[in-house]
Amino acid sequence: METLRPLLAEHPFFEGLEPRHLDLIVGCAINVRFDAGTFIFREGEEANAFYIIRHGQVALEIFVPQRGPLTIQTIGQGEVLGWSWLFPPYHWHFDARAVTLTRAIALDGQCLRAKCEEDHDLGYQLVKRFAHIIMQRLQATRLQLLDVYGVRS
Amino acid sequence: MVPHPYRVRRRRRETHDTFTLELQPASREGMDDERLPLGQEDAERDIPIASPQPPSTVPAFLPGQFNMLYLFGVGEVPISISGDPADSTTLAHTIRAVGTVTAALRALRPGDMVGVRGPFGSHWPLSDAEGNDVVLIAGGIGLAPLRPAVYRILAERAKYGRVVLLYGTRTPADILYRRELARWRSHFDFDVLITVDHALGNWRGNVGVVTTLIARAPFDPLNTVAMMCGPEVMMRFAARELVRRGVPVDRIFISMERNMKCAIGFCGHCQFGPTFVCKDGPVLPYRGVKDLLTIREL
Repeated sequence: METLRPLLAEHPFFEGLEPRHLDLIVGCAINVRFDAGTFIFREGEEANAFYIIRHGQVALEIFVPQRGPLTIQTIGQGEVLGWSWLFPPYHWHFDARAVTLTRAIALDGQCLRAKCEEDHDLGYQLVKRFAHIIMQRLQATRLQLLDVYGVRS
Repeated sequence: MVPHPYRVRRRRRETHDTFTLELQPASREGMDDERLPLGQEDAERDIPIASPQPPSTVPAFLPGQFNMLYLFGVGEVPISISGDPADSTTLAHTIRAVGTVTAALRALRPGDMVGVRGPFGSHWPLSDAEGNDVVLIAGGIGLAPLRPAVYRILAERAKYGRVVLLYGTRTPADILYRRELARWRSHFDFDVLITVDHALGNWRGNVGVVTTLIARAPFDPLNTVAMMCGPEVMMRFAARELVRRGVPVDRIFISMERNMKCAIGFCGHCQFGPTFVCKDGPVLPYRGVKDLLTIREL
């Protein structure tokens, strides 16, 4: 655990967190590794973690019958994967597949939820950070929906 | 204003609706070379305009400029020059077949005749960018006007800091210049990041809009010159993202597209606020147009 503290402290997602909050978060963190092609989580499964990608690339996918998996977005080094652990019913809405060998820090969602209930300041800090990521992804998705490269009719 | 006759040397298919025409002057024997020395062009913003005499070689152009391509009996369209500015024998234009003229241009075969007026317009600020990191952001066919800049930068690589090309397009099948992108990527001092808006599971590259690459790209924001070409809405969002990353507004340049007809600022078809895109642009400082970009009436 000791080794993960500096990694998390330097990550922009946790920038500005009070040391006591960072300590609580470090207590819920472990290193994980996923070989290329393996699923980190699948749609419908319980969402009990989020991930800070340290190395590699992850594809968020949705399986469409008769078309196969469609990639909605890729998430790379330094980025945050997964927010369904924070919102009921705590189930993943998409598949996440490691496109390449991926190393990440996994943060236990159940552990963090319990700590957020005990310490609402920590909860506010985490929700604020996730809201920012959700906003960025929503804006990117809206731009994607515009299909700006399509031919205007 | 008089189009010069060129012949199609080659037509290369890029994607299902995009192609590159390589043109050579239908020249007269014994003409003097009208190319200006490269250093002379860069020294001033004076843009070389084609002389009324048909050139025996391709007129010198600066990365970012465009030509008017005239298909006799059909019509004329403004098309960015997408070839190597150091190549005095061939003029390249990458064209998306979306209208009557461009569809007819796609039907041309080697040896067919095309009229060319130009080069016209402003150019990418490559001289001003020397000593800085350079971020090139292209969306869709917007990679075509940036390709001459890539050629120039690679030819004079030592003049620049880190160079990053961020390229976004619709699907993996819509990626332009695949072989060249792979070649550029193989340079140890040239970063190429590509993303697509939509992909099936067998695509191993990035998926997401091109703006998402800005946060991942390796460059020093305060010492960066950014040059962008793509759909206007994409450029608006990309410019905001660059500013958020710390790139000064006055170091961002965009290439605009409007209804260019005369190409010399007379007809007013391409007027964009106080700017004539054909004459003052197509490459414009973002600071000068950022407020205009959100005015719906323009």
